[in-house]
Amino acid sequence: MQSLVIVAHGSHLNPDASTPTYEHADTIRDAGVFDEVRTAFWKEEPSFREALRTVQAEEVYVVPLFISEGYFTEQVIPRELRLEEWDDDAWESDGTSATHATLEATDVGKTVHYCGPVGTHDAMSDVIVRRAETVTDDPGVGEGVGLAVVGHGTERNENSAKAIEYHADRIAERDRFDEVKALFMDEDPEVDDVTDFFDSDDIVVVPLFVADGYHTQEDIPEDMGLTDDYRTGWETPAAVDGHDVWYAGAVGTEPLMADVVLERAAEAGADVGDAVEAVRRRTRVAGTDTEAGTGAGD
Amino acid sequence: MNDRQVDALVAAAGDGVDCDGLRVAETPDGYRFETPGGAAEGLDEPALRDVAAENPWFVSNWYYWRELDRPAVETAFLRWLEGADDRSVPDRYEALAEGIEASWGELAVEVTLGDDGHRTYAVRHADDADRPVEELAVHTDPLDARELVKYDDRGRYRPLKTAPTLQTGWAFVDLDGRSLVRAVDVVYPATVTNWHLERQGELDVSHWRETMERQTGIYGVIRTWDRGEGYEHVNWVAEACCDDSQCLKRREWEYDDDTDLDVDGGDGAFPCREPCSLVVAAARQWTKLEGEQPQTYEFELTPSEKEQIEDIIDAVADGEAGEIREADVYEGANRYRARFLRAKRFDGDGRLDGVSTDQSR
Ligand code: SF4
Repeated sequence: MQSLVIVAHGSHLNPDASTPTYEHADTIRDAGVFDEVRTAFWKEEPSFREALRTVQAEEVYVVPLFISEGYFTEQVIPRELRLEEWDDDAWESDGTSATHATLEATDVGKTVHYCGPVGTHDAMSDVIVRRAETVTDDPGVGEGVGLAVVGHGTERNENSAKAIEYHADRIAERDRFDEVKALFMDEDPEVDDVTDFFDSDDIVVVPLFVADGYHTQEDIPEDMGLTDDYRTGWETPAAVDGHDVWYAGAVGTEPLMADVVLERAAEAGADVGDAVEAVRRRTRVAGTDTEAGTGAGD
Repeated sequence: MNDRQVDALVAAAGDGVDCDGLRVAETPDGYRFETPGGAAEGLDEPALRDVAAENPWFVSNWYYWRELDRPAVETAFLRWLEGADDRSVPDRYEALAEGIEASWGELAVEVTLGDDGHRTYAVRHADDADRPVEELAVHTDPLDARELVKYDDRGRYRPLKTAPTLQTGWAFVDLDGRSLVRAVDVVYPATVTNWHLERQGELDVSHWRETMERQTGIYGVIRTWDRGEGYEHVNWVAEACCDDSQCLKRREWEYDDDTDLDVDGGDGAFPCREPCSLVVAAARQWTKLEGEQPQTYEFELTPSEKEQIEDIIDAVADGEAGEIREADVYEGANRYRARFLRAKRFDGDGRLDGVSTDQSR
């Protein structure tokens, strides 16, 4: 028996914060490869502290629905799950290279395969590209188009910027988009000046966030000049300084994210059969046979 | 009862059956079949089958509870729902025919008998207990409850799942035991598990002190609120957040291992084993606010105005401000009354009686 627990931040204030987590859990549940698929939250229930006791399996794969390695994935989650043998070297990571560590959750005596965050997995590059396809409704999007991958800067977490740059570089290497840039909210190059960084007429902006919320639905749209007041909404694409800006909203809401969760678990040893392929197929942009990115075989 | 159940009983007799008053064993003299109503001994297999057929309730009851891969926590909860440890099988079967009601927080669970002793479960909001099911939005997938628990009847987000604000107007029907427990776990996460641990004497309670000492990051500051000068502040937190009017869990955590709070933990069916994330987040704010020193202010208020301020605080604290009627100017927390007080007593900067907040200036 094997169980999957997806752990995410959640919110005391924003009812939509948990929605992507639930949706990805449902996608994976439907794939039928885990006996149980559960969710747990820092700010909602079940809490990290009490999630493992509600699963039956002795073998649990825990995948953090977080963007980068850092405070939450290295301190909060291991502590709250009572992975007492955890230490900062357990992942042997350079900041974006964590895969998994196998530990015991001491309150329940279960074996926990604690995976790196979804945000730093290579497959996340595919999700960003898929997000660009979804927002433009163009499965071949790339030519003549610039792509901005947006995140927090180093201010809050050094690894957060690393993750943004990591994926921007990987996508740039594919030569699919004319230009690819990593932009930040609180440092240069800043997302406020997004049009300064691109020659392409069309710019797709994908924020590397797990859920939509204040940053992705209020801050960034206003800072980029998509709208003066987020409450009145914005056009997609929106005309800004002579460019068409296609703003995608949080990448974490993209259905293909479920694939990254599965791949994390599979790399930690979970038996996921052909679920990775099934999920990739199911979450594809409607009406297309092309695969997201170059890393995805069908 | 059906033939499969009797076959199973015959097969199990060798190892012995002992369930809710039914005892069946294989002895050197043949089978023995016993219920509280009497025993038959020296039975051959056809005779065992006959006597089993005369006691269908006991046999089908045993069969239902023997389901092998049902986790212990689920069995314990489902049995508790129908009072299996307190009521005899005949008594229970008669009650199940009508439907046995049990309550769990704001949930009303109904257990009824399906075919051959199989149980069927339904769950709805206790306030909807008497409404015809046609009036309710009917669900069968436990995961549908995720959306139902997000908002209260006024459409407001519920950050605490055990707040007594569960929305009404829905029902889950035709659930098997597994799905019922799942639905309950979505509405009130981990409550069944913690209730079960508590019944086994294994609930791991983390008291206030250790919980706050564990906090890091922006919550690390909370530990400075405990200054070794007593725990009155934690009484206030518990009274503010954990009272039954605010949260249906029964608070089992105290100040620390040796020091109980003076506030009652409540009467909830399921325990709270440590301060939750909402309490931790609020405690962070209180830690900051409670770092301030009191100052002496001088205000002029009429006796009615003083009482009105008390009324307003009560109305907000009890969540009743929104229910005070528009024209009910006899209530201190009425909107017109509050606006009148503000017009009279606030200066242009929103200061009460024109008194500056910082008295040192
Ligand atoms: S800490 Fe208090 S408010 Fe939070 S779940 Fe426990 S009893 Fe309820």
